[in-house]
Amino acid sequence: MSSEPKQDTSASTALDRSDVRVKHQAGVGGAISAFFDRVRSGDLGSLPVIVGLVIIWSVFTALNPVFVSSSNLVNLLFDCSTVGVIALGIVCVLMVGEIDLSVGSISGFASAMVGTLWVNQGWPVALAIVAALAVGGFIGALYALLFNRLGMPSFVSTLAGLLAVLGLQLYILGSTGSINLPYGSNLVNFGQLLVMPDWLSYALAAVPGIVMLITGLRTVSRRRAVNLSAPSVGGLIVRVAALTILLELIVGYLNQARGIPWMFGLFVGLVVAMNYALTRTQWGRSMTAVGGNREAARRAGIKVRSIYLSAFVMCSMFAALGGVLSAARLASASQQAGTGDVNLNAIAAAVIGGTSLFGGRGSAYSALLGIIVIQSIASGLTLLDLSSSLRYMITGAVLAIAVIVDSLARRSRVSHGRA
Amino acid sequence: MSDISDGPVSAGELVLSLRGISKNFGAVSALTDIDLDVHAGEVVALVGDNGAGKSTLVKILAGVHQPSSGTIDFRGKQVTMPDPSAALTLGIATVFQDLALCENLDVVANIFLGKELNPLRLDEVAMEIRAWTLLNELSARIPSVREAVASLSGGQRQTVAIARSLLLDPKVILLDEPTAALGVAQTAEVLNLIDRVRERGLGVLMISHNMEDVRAVADRIVVLRLGRNNGVFEPDASNQELVSAITGAANNAVSRRAERRKAAQAQSQEQRP
Repeated sequence: MSSEPKQDTSASTALDRSDVRVKHQAGVGGAISAFFDRVRSGDLGSLPVIVGLVIIWSVFTALNPVFVSSSNLVNLLFDCSTVGVIALGIVCVLMVGEIDLSVGSISGFASAMVGTLWVNQGWPVALAIVAALAVGGFIGALYALLFNRLGMPSFVSTLAGLLAVLGLQLYILGSTGSINLPYGSNLVNFGQLLVMPDWLSYALAAVPGIVMLITGLRTVSRRRAVNLSAPSVGGLIVRVAALTILLELIVGYLNQARGIPWMFGLFVGLVVAMNYALTRTQWGRSMTAVGGNREAARRAGIKVRSIYLSAFVMCSMFAALGGVLSAARLASASQQAGTGDVNLNAIAAAVIGGTSLFGGRGSAYSALLGIIVIQSIASGLTLLDLSSSLRYMITGAVLAIAVIVDSLARRSRVSHGRA
Repeated sequence: MSDISDGPVSAGELVLSLRGISKNFGAVSALTDIDLDVHAGEVVALVGDNGAGKSTLVKILAGVHQPSSGTIDFRGKQVTMPDPSAALTLGIATVFQDLALCENLDVVANIFLGKELNPLRLDEVAMEIRAWTLLNELSARIPSVREAVASLSGGQRQTVAIARSLLLDPKVILLDEPTAALGVAQTAEVLNLIDRVRERGLGVLMISHNMEDVRAVADRIVVLRLGRNNGVFEPDASNQELVSAITGAANNAVSRRAERRKAAQAQSQEQRP
């Protein structure tokens, strides 16, 4: 082409800032106004969930001050971890625009398997857990097979799976109906008692800030080196400081009671790993692409079927892991495990946290934020001594509101030219 | 397979050769016995009326559809392309008419979709640099490569799609209506780009409805009509020849109009002293 590349020769203009038509925000004020622009155009991110959380916590604290006591919050974290892990799996399938309605049944089946194999058959506990995860993965692979080869909508296949797997759960539990896991065993301690030592929790709370600072500084220097615009270092430091102070305060408050549960640590670790996989790897990019435009992804040479397979398998395995954790939490594997509201709580958590039901948008952190909202409601209503009838109605209403916000934000994004 | 895609293409080499390609969708024969050759350093234009089978042929070459019968030879070896990634691996890049971009991803992610650098730890900086280089080579007017494609105009999306097809250094590039959505300046840029791609020794197969564009860049013009070959023309062929091959009749609305104008011109010249 005859015209020169627009790459500016003057060192002052970065390669990606040579087009004068684009607004580029600089500094802290710019970051704030860019944030409001984003929100106005429907790119809400985690904003609704944080606003919702503030409202929910204020209301419950006003009604019963015990709600924000550190001991109640520690219990909340224990409860979050089980369904939260299942919600993380739901994020996987929602990313590719599919759904798994059988996660509750799979979690119940996994807890029944651990109970049967470990307590009744005398297998080592680790082997029983691995077996449960493997069977979970197998069920996911089956859904993927039905979806990829037979074109069966995941909505239907997993609805069938919900019943079938529940049947399996009842079958292996047999006539006794429930198996108690031994108190004092490592698994039950992990689910009910084990918390991090104070020093470790303080140290871990500092890790995100340090990682953010290091990677941020490295990105800035790399971008500057190749003449691309870079975010300001000052803003980065402000964000890192705010995040670290916030996390240390939370940890300090929770350490007044028992401390941070190891089980919650496992959950957060999985969330962070999944976030990395979704945002920083080719697999995650492919997941987003398949959820956004399946045909475009296929034509770009992405193995779309493998992506669906990985999404379904991961979802079912996370569901199975969640089932094992809830068995540990309750110290039993029963016919009730995984039934009732587990399914919808997991899906609601992912959606409330900001993962779109329409595919192609979402983040692993939505499972974390969403499950805290759901469990806060459950915990608050329990403290108020409300019946489960009201609890179901309120949780249902919150889910409906979350989906409405998602749909409205999506419409707004389309009209503002954002994906 | 490695002996096919390895090594540079020699000038004028026959890179892509179709023999007897047919494609049926149920009872409908979209393509019947199509023969087509594309040499290195050559721009072949594929023209035809709506429903002539142009897009179907491109989709077969891109691995999206599989032919019902017939053979495809790529650089002298018979190949099959069961899926789009097989075509990409061979060195056949395609820009589809519907562009096939993911609107929820940004420009960089779209350009590198399926071929990301450093799969386990995406190298965003290197990808962004390469994206800007490709776009600047096209003199593209993309405001920001970190905006989602949803916020781009039709012409900008076309540019992104073309930039993406060049990423893997293909041997043949298929363009389905590359200029349909473009403005005057951008059309000229894309035609320039096609010229340059040809100079680099790539084979180009381009579908277009715009006879002016076709004549401007094509070395050969292949006409399809109702799913069959209907003649090969040089770019200096007259409009009437082309149109009659496309529509299948020497006497049609377009040719009658052209004749009337010609007659009127001749008349005015006669009247001139």
